[in-house]
Amino acid sequence: MEIFQHILNALQFGSFYALIALGYTLVYGVLRLINFAHGDIFMVGAYIAYFVAVTLLGIGGLHLGMDMHPALALAITVPATMILTALVGVALERTMYRPLRRKGANRLYVVITALMAGLMLENGNLALLGASRKRFPDLLEKVVWDLGGGVSVTNLKVIVIVAAIAVFLLLQFIVTRTKIGMAMRGISYDKFAIPLMGIPLDTIIVFTFILGSSMAGLAGILFAMSYPILEPYMGALIGWKAFIAAVVGGIGDIRGAIVGGFLLGFIEIGVVAVFPSTLRDLFAFSVLLIILWLRPTGIFGVAQTTKI
Amino acid sequence: MKKMTIKVMMAVLALALGSFALMGCGKDSDTIKVGFNLELTGDIPKVGEASKFAAEMLKEEINSQGGLEVGGKKYKLEFVYQDNEAKAESAVNAALKLINQDKVIAIVGPNSSKQAIPAGATCNDSQVPMVTPWSTNPDTTKDRPWVFRACFLDPFQGPVAVNFASKQFGAKTAAVIFDIANDYSKGLAEIFKKEWEKKSGPGTVVGFESHGTKDQDFSAQLTKIIAAKPDFIFIPDNYNQVALIVKQAHDLGYKGPFMGSDAWGSAELMTLCGKDCVGQFFSTHYAAAGAQGATKEFIDRYTTKYKYVPDDVAALTWDATRLVLQAIQAVGKVEKDIKAERKLVRDALAGIKEFAGITGNMKFAGTGDPNKCAVVVQISPEGKFEFKETVCPE
Repeated sequence: MEIFQHILNALQFGSFYALIALGYTLVYGVLRLINFAHGDIFMVGAYIAYFVAVTLLGIGGLHLGMDMHPALALAITVPATMILTALVGVALERTMYRPLRRKGANRLYVVITALMAGLMLENGNLALLGASRKRFPDLLEKVVWDLGGGVSVTNLKVIVIVAAIAVFLLLQFIVTRTKIGMAMRGISYDKFAIPLMGIPLDTIIVFTFILGSSMAGLAGILFAMSYPILEPYMGALIGWKAFIAAVVGGIGDIRGAIVGGFLLGFIEIGVVAVFPSTLRDLFAFSVLLIILWLRPTGIFGVAQTTKI
Repeated sequence: MKKMTIKVMMAVLALALGSFALMGCGKDSDTIKVGFNLELTGDIPKVGEASKFAAEMLKEEINSQGGLEVGGKKYKLEFVYQDNEAKAESAVNAALKLINQDKVIAIVGPNSSKQAIPAGATCNDSQVPMVTPWSTNPDTTKDRPWVFRACFLDPFQGPVAVNFASKQFGAKTAAVIFDIANDYSKGLAEIFKKEWEKKSGPGTVVGFESHGTKDQDFSAQLTKIIAAKPDFIFIPDNYNQVALIVKQAHDLGYKGPFMGSDAWGSAELMTLCGKDCVGQFFSTHYAAAGAQGATKEFIDRYTTKYKYVPDDVAALTWDATRLVLQAIQAVGKVEKDIKAERKLVRDALAGIKEFAGITGNMKFAGTGDPNKCAVVVQISPEGKFEFKETVCPE
C-alpha cells in the first residue's frame, strides 16, 4: 500500500515542477530565451500571496484592519497573486529583456541578464524583508482523508494536482487552438518575418510573460499553502530543477513541461522509496541524463540548428 | 593613451596603499575587540540574531560601567559582527576577516556545527582563541587547543534523547530523519542510532532517512518511515525544517510522538510550526520557563529589551562571551602585540576549571569541552518550552 502513498506524493511534487516548467517552456517557445529568473518569479509569487493573504486576514501586511474569512481570503488571494506576479514578470521583460532585444543583443546576453535578474529578486527580497522566514497563514481548513491501508491524502494535495492538470489543458488550448497561440508559435519559427504579417511582436511577448508569470504565481501560492515556510532563496533550487524538467520534456513544448515535471517528481520520490534517501539527487539526475543521451532534444523536443 | 592608463593605475595603487596604511593607524589602545562569527542571514537567521542581541546586551552592560577592567585599567568593549550566511565556506571567510582585518583578540561563534567545524579549523591554524556557544558536534574542538565551547556534546545529548524517549513513550522502535548536508544533524543522528540499538537491540531503528538542506518536501522519506511503524520519530534538525517535517508527517496520517534535539530550541520554532509541534519533546541547554537566579534576571532583561523570550542560543552566547571576557581579565594586561595577547587569552581560557553560567555550571577538564547538564523540555499549548527533566553526566 506504501506504493500508492508514494504515487500521490510524487503527483503533488511533480505538479509544482510542472507548473514552474510551463513558465520556462512558454518563454523559451516564443523568444528562444531561457528565463533563469523564473524560479525567483515563483518565489516572488509566494511572497505576494503571503502579503495579500495576511492583509486580507488582518494579521499583518498593510494593516488595513480587515478581518476576512479564510475561505473568502483564499478566493481573492489566488487571482490577486496571479495578476501581481504577472506584473512582476512583465516589468522584468520591459526593464531588462526588451531594451537588450531592441539593441539586437545576442541571446546569450539576455540569458545572463535573466540570471542577474533572478539574483536581484532574491537579494532585493533579502534586503527588503530580512532573512527571517515568513509563515504562510492557513487559508484552507486542512482535511486528511484516510484512504485505508496507511494511505492518506489531504484536500490540498488534491487541489494541487488538479490545478496542475487544469493549467496544462488551458495552456495547451491557448497555444494550439487560438489566434494568439498561433502568433506565439509563429514568432518561435521566425521573429523577423512575423511582424511583417502585421502581428504585434511586443504584445505577443508581453502576453507570453503574463501567462508564464501568472502560472508561477499560482504555483507560488499553492506551494506556500503546502509548505508554509517562505524564504528568499526558496525559488532557486526548485527553479533549477523545473528547468531541467522542462529540458528533459523538450523545452518549448507544453506537453514536454508537464511530462518532464511529473517525471522528475516520480523519479525523485521513486529513488527515495527504493534506495537510501542519501542517493536521491544523484540517482534522479543520472536517470534524467540517460534520457537526454537517448533523446538530446527531450521527450517532445524537435531538433533545431541554433539553440543556447 | 597608454601613459594615461599607467597614471590612473598608479593613482589607484597609491590610494589603495594609503588606505591600508590608515587602517593600521586607526587602532585605539583603550578598546578590546572581540569578533562574532554569526548566522545573520541564510537558513537559520534567528540563531544569529539571538546571538547578536545577547552580545549587544552584555556589551552595553559592561560599557555603561566604564568598560572591562583588566589589570586595574578600564577598556571599552568593541564587538565586531560578521555574517557567515549559515554556510561552511562563508564561516571560514568570516573568521579570516575577523582575524586579519578586524584584528580581534578572540572569536565567539559560529553557532551551528556546520559552520563551527570549518571555522574552528581556521581559528586553530591562525592561533586565535574561539568559543562556540551552540556547536555540539565533537569535531569542533577535537585536537584543537585553540577552540572551546559553552555547551554539551552530541555523544552526551544522543543518550539523553534515547533514555528519555524510551522512558516517556515506552518506545521499543525508533525512526530518524536528518539533514545529510549538516554535520550537526548527521553526527547526532548516527550517535542516536548507535545508542538506541545498543539499548533496544539491533534493527530497532526501523527508519533512517536523510534529506538535503534546501529540501521542502519530505513526503517520500516520511512515507517510508511511517510504513515501518516506529514508536516515535527522532528529528535532529534545524527548527525551520522541523516545522515542515512535523506538518507533513501529520498530513501523511502519522499520529505518534516526535523527539527533537537542541536545534529545535529557537524562539521562531512555534511561529513556523504552530499547533503541529505542541506536546512534542526535545533536549536542550536550558528551560526559560521556570528559571531562577541569574538565569531569570537574564531572561527578564532580554524579554523587556527585545520583546521575546531568549532561546538557548542567546543564553549560551551570553555564557560564551563571558568566558572570553573572564579569560581576558585573567590575563591581567592587554599586550600591544595581538599575537601574544591571543596566546595569553587562550592559556587563560584553558586555565578556567569551573564557570557558573546562566545555562548551568560548567566544569572544564582541559579539553575545551565543558561537563554540564542537559534538560528535556515539552512544548506547551501556549508555545512555551516547559521544563520536563534534567539529565547530568555521571
